[in-house]
Amino acid sequence: MQRIGVFVCHCGTNIAATVDVARVVEAAAKEPGVVHAEDYQYMCSEAGQLKIREAIKEKNLTGIVVCSCSPRMHENTFRQAAERAGINPYMVEIANIREHCSWIHKDIEEATEKAVILARAAIAKVTLNAPLQSGTSRVVKRALVIGGGIAGIQTALDIADAGYEVDIVEKTPSIGGRMSQLDKTFPTLDCSACILTPKMVEAAAHDKITIYTYSEVEKVSGFVGDFQVDIRKKARSVDMSKCTGCGVCQEKCPSKKTPNEFNRGLNTRSAIYTPFAQAIPNVPVIDRENCIKFKTGKCGVCSKVCQAGAIDYEQKDEIVTQNYGAIVVATGFDTIKLDKFDEYSYSTSPDVITSLELERIMNAAGPTKGHLERMSDHKPPKSMVFIQCVGSRCADKRGKSYCSKICCMYTAKHAMLIRDKYPDVEVTVFYIDVRTPGKNFDEFYRRAVEEYGVNYIKGQVGKVAEKGGKLLVQGVDLIDNKRILMETDMVVLATAIEPNPDVRKIATMLTASIDTNNFLTESHAKLRPVESPTAGIFLSGVCQGPKDIPETVAQAGAAAVKVVGLLAKDHLVTNPCTAKSDELLCNGCSSCEKVCPYGAISYEEKEVNDHGIRETRRVAVVNSALCQGCGACTVACPSGAMDLQGFSNRQILAEVDAICR
Amino acid sequence: MHRTEQEQAELLKEISGVDTKKCMKCGKCSASCPAYEEMDIRPHQFVSYVQNGDVKALLKSKSIWKCLSCFACVERCPRDVKPAKLIEAVRLMVIRERGGNYLTPDEVPELLDEELPQQLLASAFRKYSK
Repeated sequence: MQRIGVFVCHCGTNIAATVDVARVVEAAAKEPGVVHAEDYQYMCSEAGQLKIREAIKEKNLTGIVVCSCSPRMHENTFRQAAERAGINPYMVEIANIREHCSWIHKDIEEATEKAVILARAAIAKVTLNAPLQSGTSRVVKRALVIGGGIAGIQTALDIADAGYEVDIVEKTPSIGGRMSQLDKTFPTLDCSACILTPKMVEAAAHDKITIYTYSEVEKVSGFVGDFQVDIRKKARSVDMSKCTGCGVCQEKCPSKKTPNEFNRGLNTRSAIYTPFAQAIPNVPVIDRENCIKFKTGKCGVCSKVCQAGAIDYEQKDEIVTQNYGAIVVATGFDTIKLDKFDEYSYSTSPDVITSLELERIMNAAGPTKGHLERMSDHKPPKSMVFIQCVGSRCADKRGKSYCSKICCMYTAKHAMLIRDKYPDVEVTVFYIDVRTPGKNFDEFYRRAVEEYGVNYIKGQVGKVAEKGGKLLVQGVDLIDNKRILMETDMVVLATAIEPNPDVRKIATMLTASIDTNNFLTESHAKLRPVESPTAGIFLSGVCQGPKDIPETVAQAGAAAVKVVGLLAKDHLVTNPCTAKSDELLCNGCSSCEKVCPYGAISYEEKEVNDHGIRETRRVAVVNSALCQGCGACTVACPSGAMDLQGFSNRQILAEVDAICR
Repeated sequence: MHRTEQEQAELLKEISGVDTKKCMKCGKCSASCPAYEEMDIRPHQFVSYVQNGDVKALLKSKSIWKCLSCFACVERCPRDVKPAKLIEAVRLMVIRERGGNYLTPDEVPELLDEELPQQLLASAFRKYSK
């Protein structure tokens, strides 16, 4: 017979304001098997845990129920307390009377009644609990970083510097990401390339870092400590070991009409290309969809001009399979499509551009070699209008509900740089709110206004129309309550950012959760901001939420520390709540094997003794190192042979009975 | 039935289906409005006037007769607030105001002129005396 102790937590007023804890204690004490029941203000505190430990010893308790917050919060705390007092940690059950009760009810009567029922169910379950022993699993001392932008590079460098092997998988032909497209960075205005390219070189030269560019993650299996990943190295059509990066192939390539992705389509590139001059690796790829040789079979110019003989039209995609202890997602962002914002004439006028396009125009290596000019007639503008919040903070389906966070600062940066370099250009910024929290950020924005004479007008623009080679901007000044109707030469749209569209596919492979905006969800918004709820998956950069470069670098480092903390372990303690099959009940139907997402179930021919009859049967066997305790097999099993330890069918039915009593 | 201004504001929200709290005061409605210059109270102000329960000023505003119901503000509002529906609601409230524009037989002789169709008078009685 179990001797059960029940401990009811007030959680300050979180529980006690809505649940009459004294009545819960009183009701719990009357349950069969309960020999001790008490309440305390904060059960999770040292004093609260001491109460639990003392009660276990004094009353010889065999199992305990803690009525408190969610088990996600403190189950581990109470398991450890129980273990310190000498009982098996799996003899602890949590009745969640906070998230599932006090927080969602207003009426004390109703909430108390529900809390009593939840306590009763947990008592019924713990009565059937059995001590369980954890096993261990290995930790592969190697990390995978998906995405080779500043977030991925920084995470990889920090992990590698701690002495662990890291692989970076980057989809495009070069690492560098969005940051490599930027001209200058706020608030110090250092050139993006000057601070990024040394990091790219460092990553490439690091003996612990392997970079797979033009590659994608194709398949992920396994679990924390031991993921198995298939990486598809797309055919570059150029032999990386032979290419010297001389660039002659790109010069001579006759197919030069493909929109240049790196320059956001503002100019074109050749079919064989490196995205930018400082690309790492400095080895081009052939874009087979636009290559004349691949389309018609006739051409082969690049192969003829290549002194190194590096061009290889026959190259095939290659799959690399590798095991990793941890995976970091650093897939970054893109700007949203503006096809639903016709009022700004983006798709009809070449002089209406996005801020990222302006970055390329301002950049010395960009389509205009750094000269500020209109894309329609290549004339320098005399006036420019910036429109903020295009697609951000939208309640309708055209845009995104969130603030993209970086736009206020980069718009101030653009406005300031233009006024500095071209003092004759009138610059007007239409804003809804100027949001500049960050070290030296507001000072930066004020400098744009006060020192550089940028004209900030409060009020969103209603319409931009092309008129006689000019752009007509219609807005209001909400402070003066006046209509603004102005002609300008260029309009720059601070376009909302969104997670890289590929992230959905990657999150699905990793079983990492994702929110309605496709941002990866963190394990705890405040206390575990760089960890996914899926063990062994970490988050770095904008894939988790909009952020600027300093924040991204800080988060990248934080993710690296978490990875290192995991890789430093010799082994991981596994969850003992795994499935177990009763071989006498198993009918060998394979239902469980089919539904198991972890490949943990196999079938064996086994000799069994069924009430004295010895025979060989085909039965299910669970590999407890692979089993993650999801319980899918126990539901699928038609004969009731499969059961989940710690969540057995009997236990769950006992809980249901206790609730319905 | 006499309503307080606050009750009128609630009624305007109910008629229009507009949740004024959703407005983030960006002014894109006014920026989009082709009748802006003609208005004494601007589209974005309609939202905050109703939010603040300042309905009397709206009922007297000439803006309600200047709004073209082109719905540009509804189309472009990033917060889905639909200011034109609010203006429409104010217009309806003025039209439905009981007693305020009721036509009594005593007033008729003054209004009569040769070009005034008889039907208009008949319909004015019907429309405003119910």
